[in-house]
Amino acid sequence: MFYIGKEDVKSEESGSTGKGDRLDWAKRFEELASRTRHPQLKAYYEAGAVAADTPIEQVPMIAMDFETTGIDASRDDIVSIGLVSMNLHRIRLRDARHWILKPRTDLREESVVIHGITHSEVEAAPDLKRILEELLEVMAGQVIVVHHKGIERNFLNAALKRRIGEGIEFPVIDTLELEARLHRRKPPGFIDKLFGREKVSIRLADSRARYHLPHYRPHDALTDALASAELLQAQVATRFSKTSPVADLWS
Amino acid sequence: MQAEHLEIIDFLRRHQPFATLSEETLAKVATEVEISYFKSGTQILEFGQLTESLYVIRSGAVEIYRRNGDLYNRLSEGGFFGEFALLRHKRTRFPAVALEDTLIYLIPEETFTELFEENELFADFVEVEDRTRLRQTVARKEDANELMTSEINVLVTREAIMLDTRATAHEAAKRMSEEGVSSLLILHHTDAPGHPDDADSPTHPVMAGLITDRDLRNRLLAKGLSYDTPVTDIMTTDLIHVEHSQLVFEAMLAMLRYNVHHLPVLKHQQPIGVIALSDIIRYESQNSLFVVSSIFRAQTVEELKGLVSEVRACFTRMVREDANSRMIGSAMAVIGRSFKQRLLELGEEKLGPPPVPYCFLALGSMARQEQLIVSDQDNAMILDNSFDPDKHDAYFLKLAEFVSDGLAACGYTYCKGDIMATNRTWRKPLRVWEQYFTEWIDKPTPKSLLNSSIFFDLDGVWGKTEWADRLNRLINRKTRHNSIFLACMARNALLRTPPLGFFKDFVMEPSGQHTQSIDMKRRGTAPLADLIRVHSLAVGSKSRNSFERLKDIINADILPHGRGQDLRDALEFISTVRIRHQALDLEAGNDPDNRIEPENLSDFERKNLKDAFQILSNAQKFLKYRYQPGRVN
Repeated sequence: MFYIGKEDVKSEESGSTGKGDRLDWAKRFEELASRTRHPQLKAYYEAGAVAADTPIEQVPMIAMDFETTGIDASRDDIVSIGLVSMNLHRIRLRDARHWILKPRTDLREESVVIHGITHSEVEAAPDLKRILEELLEVMAGQVIVVHHKGIERNFLNAALKRRIGEGIEFPVIDTLELEARLHRRKPPGFIDKLFGREKVSIRLADSRARYHLPHYRPHDALTDALASAELLQAQVATRFSKTSPVADLWS
Repeated sequence: MQAEHLEIIDFLRRHQPFATLSEETLAKVATEVEISYFKSGTQILEFGQLTESLYVIRSGAVEIYRRNGDLYNRLSEGGFFGEFALLRHKRTRFPAVALEDTLIYLIPEETFTELFEENELFADFVEVEDRTRLRQTVARKEDANELMTSEINVLVTREAIMLDTRATAHEAAKRMSEEGVSSLLILHHTDAPGHPDDADSPTHPVMAGLITDRDLRNRLLAKGLSYDTPVTDIMTTDLIHVEHSQLVFEAMLAMLRYNVHHLPVLKHQQPIGVIALSDIIRYESQNSLFVVSSIFRAQTVEELKGLVSEVRACFTRMVREDANSRMIGSAMAVIGRSFKQRLLELGEEKLGPPPVPYCFLALGSMARQEQLIVSDQDNAMILDNSFDPDKHDAYFLKLAEFVSDGLAACGYTYCKGDIMATNRTWRKPLRVWEQYFTEWIDKPTPKSLLNSSIFFDLDGVWGKTEWADRLNRLINRKTRHNSIFLACMARNALLRTPPLGFFKDFVMEPSGQHTQSIDMKRRGTAPLADLIRVHSLAVGSKSRNSFERLKDIINADILPHGRGQDLRDALEFISTVRIRHQALDLEAGNDPDNRIEPENLSDFERKNLKDAFQILSNAQKFLKYRYQPGRVN
C-alpha cells in the first residue's frame, strides 16, 4: 500500500488513495535491510534510498524495462532487462546494460512475436540468478524509472521469490502513472461519451508523442528503458519543477 | 552483455557527419551518447557557457543566435551545434534556444575529439570555419574529376620543337623524324631593331606558322614540289592558339570549332608547346561536345532544332560525369554561341550578304560563359557607322528576326526584357553604342543601370567582333576609377539577397519567414555574378567569366584575405546544385527551371548551401561598404 503524494490519483495496481504522509523509502529500506536474509539483497537495502524531500534534479535514477514471457507475474518470467542510468539533465548510455535471460517458464510464441527474442537466444542466455548481484549493484541507491510499474515491480519481486525465497521492494517513478494523473483524473462522463471523446492513450509511444519525442520501435528492453527515461525528462520539464521533492513523483 | 543502442545507431547513420563513419565506430559512439530533453523556449546553451559536448538534434528545432542577438541559424532533426566551442576555447560563441520541444543527443568531448582526429571526412564536415567546409567540398569534387578540370599545361609534356622560317621542307621533315613529332612550330627571328612589338627584347622570336605531317603530304609531296621548298611556303599561318592556363576541354572545343588538329600553347605570348588532338583524345573527355560540330553541319533551322535533345543529353551527361560548373557553363555557352553563328550563316545565305558590316553580340550569361540549359536569348547588333536606317535596317531586322526565331525554336526563349537585336534600340551603329555606354557610365542612376547592367557582360559572336572588344575597352577605361558609377552598380548588386538557409522542408529567410522553394539563379548565382562584376570593373579586369574575374580580383588584392577564394567556392557550389537539379528535371522528363524545393536537397547540399549563402551575404555587406558613394577606393 503506497501513498503517491498530494496528486491523490488512483493508480492502476497500487490500489491506494487518499492524502497522507510522504512515502518514505529511506525508512522502508532500513526496515527491509534489518529483516532480509539473502546477502546480496540485504546489501541492496543497506545502500539506502534518497530522502523523500530530495529535489528531483538531485536524484540518481535508473530507467528499467523488462520483456517477459507473458503478463502474469505469478506464472511468467523475465526474458530481458534493459537499464539506462539517468538524472534530470542527462541520460547516460555509457552505463547502460542489456541482458537476455533464460526464463524458468517456456517462451510462448505470442511473446516471441512481441519482443523478437527467440528460443535459441534464451537457450544460450544465463538465469537471472547469475546476474542478480550485478543487477542489484546497479540498482543500489537509485530510484527506478519505469513505464507501467505493474510489470517491473511485480515481475522482479516474483522472480526473486522464485529464486532466493525473498521478494524485493524498490522505489519507482512510473511515467505511465504520471500521465494517468493528467489524463485519468475521472472516468469519462456522459458528455464525453455523447461527443465520442476517446480516452487519451497513456501508452508509452502515445505519451512520448505528446511531448514531441521521436518514435522509437517498441519492445526492445533497452530502447524502452531509454524511451521511459526521455519521457520522464519531458514530463518533469513540462509539469514539475526541478526542485519538486522526489516524493511527489515516486511510489 | 554489450548494450546495443539500435535507435541511436540508426539515427546517427542517417545524418552527417556520422554517416561517414563505419558501423563499428557508430556502435561505439552510440554507447557514449548522452541525452537531454529541452522544452520549447528553454535555453540550451548560453553565451560563454562551457561546452563539453557536440549537440545533435534528435527531434524538435533549435535556434542559434549571434552574440548581438541576430538569428544565425535554425536547425531541425539531424542538425548539430556546439562544434565551434568544442574546437576552440570551449566557451559557447553561439547561444542556442529550443524553438520546439527538442531532444538532444550529446556526443561527449572525448568521443568527439577522437572522431575528429581519426576520421578525415568527419573532421571535414564539422570543420571550424564554415567556409573551410565549403572549400573542402569543392576541392574534393575537383580531385575526383581531375581530367576534366585540368589546365592545358598538363598536356604539354615536352618543349615545342621549333624551326626558323629560313629552313627548308626537307630540314623540317628530318627534324620531325628525329624528334618523333607530328608537327613543328616555325618561328620568325626578327633582327629588325625598333620593331614596335619587340621594343623591349628585339631578339624575341615571333610565331610564324605551324607545319604538320599532313602539310608535308598535301602541300609538298602531292604537288611534286622540291624538298628545298622553304617551310614558309607550305606551313599553316594565322594560327589558332590556346593559353597554357586554359582548360583542356577548351582546347578541345577550339579544335572542333576551327577544325584543326594541332594547337600551339602560349605562355606570356611565347610558344611553350603544341598539343595535338591525339593528346586530348587520350584524356578521353566529353564526346558529347561533338554536338558543336553537328550544329555547324546543320543546313536548316529544322535540323538545328533537331539537335536540342542532343544538347540536353550532353548537359546531363556532363553533370553525371561530375564536370564542374565552369566547364558546363563554358560548354553550354559554346553551344549557344555556335547556334547563333550557324543561324547567322544560314540567315546570310537566305537574305544575301549584309549591306554594311555588323557585329552580333552575346550578352549576360552567354558572354560570361556561364550559360546553363535554361537560358534567355540576350543579344544585340552593332552596325557599321555608315549604316543608313532607311536603306539598310530592313535587312538587319529580317536577319535579327531570323536568328531570334531560330534560337527560340532551339530552346532559347525570347528575352522578356526585349534585349534582343530585333528591338531597334539594340540594333544601332557603333557610335550610338558608344554613346549608350558613355551615358550609362557618366550619368548613372540605379534605375538606368538596372536595365542596362546586362550590357556590361558582352561578347562579339559574329562579324566585326573587334567592335565588341572596342566597347569592352571603353567600359574598362571609363568605369575603373568612376566611384559614382561603381556605387550605382554596387547598389543594384545588393537588390537580390540570399536566404539564410533551410529549416525542415522550407527555405528560411533572414526575417525568420519560411518559403516553399528557392530560385537558385535569382537568389544565388545572379547576385554573385553581379557583385563579382562590380569588383572586376573596379580593378579593371578584362575577363568576363566570373571565375576568371575572381582571379583578377584576388590578384588585385582588394578583398579581405581569403574572401575571393570563398566567393569562388560559393559560386561553384551554388552553380553545381543549380546544374544538378536542372539535370534531374531533364532526366525526370520535366522542364528544367531554376527553382529548388528544399525537400529535394540532401543534408550535405543544405549544409554547404547555407555556408555559400552566408559567404554571399557577407560579400554583399562588404560590397556596400566598399563602394559607398564618395568613398575613395
